[in-house]
Amino acid sequence: MDKYRIYLTGVGGQGTLLATVVLAESAIYAGYNVVASEVHGMAQRGGVVESTVMIGDIKSSIISDGEADVLLGFEPLETYRAIRKCSAGSVVVSNTVPVIPYGVAIGKGSYPDVDKLLDFIGSKVKRLITIDAQVLAQQAGAVLSANMAMLGALAKSGALPVPKEAFEETIRTKTKASFVETNLRAFELGLASQ
Amino acid sequence: MHPLLTKETGKKFLLLGNEAIVRGALEAGVAFATTYPGTPASEIGDAFFRIARESDLYFEYSTNEKVALETAAGAAASGVRTICSMKHVGLNVAADPLMTLAYIGVRGGMVIVTADDPSMFSSQNEQDNRFYARLSSLPMLEPASCQEAKEMAREAFEISEALELPVILRTTTRLNHCRGIVTIGPLKPPENKGAFEKIPSRFVTVPATARVRHRVLLDQEEKARDMAVKSPFNTLTGEGPWGIAASGIAFNYVADAIKDLGIEDKVRVLKLGFTYPFPDVLAEEFIRSAEKILVVEELEPFLEENLKVTAHTNSLSTPISGKGPGLFSRLYEYNPGMVREVIARFFGVDYTRPESIDIKEDGQQVQLPIRPPNLCAGCPHRATYLAVKTALKETQTEAIFPTDIGCYTLGILPPLECADFLICMGSSVTSAAGISKATGKKVIAFIGDSTFFHSGITGLINAVHNKHNFILIILDNGTTAMTGHQPHPGVEVAPQEWDKPSISIEAVVRACGVENVAVVNPLNLAKTRKAVKEALGSIAFQSSYQRPFVPFMKGVFLAKKRNASLKSGLNATLIALNALIHLHALRFIKIRIPMAQQP
Repeated sequence: MDKYRIYLTGVGGQGTLLATVVLAESAIYAGYNVVASEVHGMAQRGGVVESTVMIGDIKSSIISDGEADVLLGFEPLETYRAIRKCSAGSVVVSNTVPVIPYGVAIGKGSYPDVDKLLDFIGSKVKRLITIDAQVLAQQAGAVLSANMAMLGALAKSGALPVPKEAFEETIRTKTKASFVETNLRAFELGLASQ
Repeated sequence: MHPLLTKETGKKFLLLGNEAIVRGALEAGVAFATTYPGTPASEIGDAFFRIARESDLYFEYSTNEKVALETAAGAAASGVRTICSMKHVGLNVAADPLMTLAYIGVRGGMVIVTADDPSMFSSQNEQDNRFYARLSSLPMLEPASCQEAKEMAREAFEISEALELPVILRTTTRLNHCRGIVTIGPLKPPENKGAFEKIPSRFVTVPATARVRHRVLLDQEEKARDMAVKSPFNTLTGEGPWGIAASGIAFNYVADAIKDLGIEDKVRVLKLGFTYPFPDVLAEEFIRSAEKILVVEELEPFLEENLKVTAHTNSLSTPISGKGPGLFSRLYEYNPGMVREVIARFFGVDYTRPESIDIKEDGQQVQLPIRPPNLCAGCPHRATYLAVKTALKETQTEAIFPTDIGCYTLGILPPLECADFLICMGSSVTSAAGISKATGKKVIAFIGDSTFFHSGITGLINAVHNKHNFILIILDNGTTAMTGHQPHPGVEVAPQEWDKPSISIEAVVRACGVENVAVVNPLNLAKTRKAVKEALGSIAFQSSYQRPFVPFMKGVFLAKKRNASLKSGLNATLIALNALIHLHALRFIKIRIPMAQQP
């Protein structure tokens, strides 16, 4: 396969956009052509944040339903909601820790059972990898590094042609200096988590 | 140093489409940049804002798009290279200067960036601004990639100076917010000192001048057409009996689809980047070489109609299709799968759509909770809306809520539900007048601080002068929050090295003739509620009182944050707010989860 389409989804504040940039830069470091796409705007305010990274000989920057090779879900409900982007051949990497929607927090609606969400996904795709990114990030020293733990799990999955060294180099050069050590630790914990 | 000021010529960087536009302008030596922030164009102005601090470039956040364009027009008439960026609906606000600026033209190169928003990710409509090029007779470029965005932004200045006309650089959200690899070219130092040569017969558009200048514009338009025909941004590639014409982001979907469908040896592609004036000679060559033609462009059939006119003019009967049943829609943005499918159907290529996973197959699944964006934790607007709702409930009053454009539009969501009417920037104040006059009901209008400066003031003067009767609540959080916390004329706690005077909203409101003004801190719910009740009472009990009542909500949340924690101006403001959002998410994770997982 010479093309890889990666769909990232999460909740505003989880660092999906930084993860998008780190993934894109890592793929460039590994020698690939890259285009990525982000949705800005209202997403910051606790809404859903979706982005894409395309690796290889591809010009389109967005992903149609059923065409994601990899789905990187930073929140289990959002992983589930985005599963239409996947096909039976997709690899899904999902965080297991929910972020409760505002409506649920004020008693309107309920949050579905995480295990059931993930069981359904697992039964439909080629491979499902789950991690508790928050716990790993806390072990690394800062819960804000959960996005890097997610990238670690992605690197470990082998679903992409981007070696872990490319991620490590990108984290060193493209994330904020004061967070580099924590980010690298979180990445390594994600890498070792499966 | 700002990364976009890099001197590493030839090096490749991963840039956002908006950053690529900025870099292209810098490589053209742009010296003067104006904007009013609006998604998806905001990052263009924000980058210039930071770059202006460390270069000779002048930048300003103008009060609105009309102001931004006119300010830029003055600089361009003085021979300085200028760029003016805005979202698509911003060009409606700036349409008045645009149309006549086209008549007088420019001396220094001028680029007008208009960012359309197909699918309305963060906009009130999805108008196709390519029609502004036709309406104004101005040349237009449409990039398809980040690299092309940089090239076109740079080249637009050359085209502009060659024709002495502003050039429209038209993008869509997917271009503005895509990231791609861009090869950096050499920077050109900005020449920011211009000279204004007095030529009233050109620059003062009294009718006698305008008549002459319109003729000049049409002459220039034909020169621009020749440039479009020869432009490297317009290309004919591939060989085969089928023709596909595409522009902008849609071209990428076409290029990928042709490979995915394995029809490289069957298709000739007309890729258009210099799309107005329409390159008719090139289009004619394309039409003559094809058995049938499919036009792939988001939104309106702009190229399609031009191709059909070209075919008709040359007596060509080649079938040309684009919009229509079974083909493409005029609605919303496209995607690669959709384009691939329509191409396959139109040309009769075997194709099976990939099977996506459908959560409807999940038998045990219940309704998924939605996750709409919300007002940030601690946002004073929540308190304002709560106080208004409570005051209305306690006085058993019903009210109609015209609202405006900004974060506070999220007041439409439950449980606040304080939004009944909205069409554009500033429409809260003006529509409130119409609704109250037509219905005789209580009307409470909401407008933000930046929006008030943008286009609320004239409406307020109109309301006072014409004796309209409603309550206007100005939600002042001291920033342009929705688009990324840009400063506006009313900022009190300013970014570092900000030596600009602050204009008091309260003083403006009083100067507009509003006598009954209350200024409250909305986080003091009791006082705010009292102010709203008094405002309601002033309408109810003094039927002769005709002036709008303006409780002026002051958001201490951002202002105090800034005073307490800011080290370095605007950047730190952004950090402070982001930190707050993170905190918000964390608290949910730590505290709310166990509660939510209970049956």
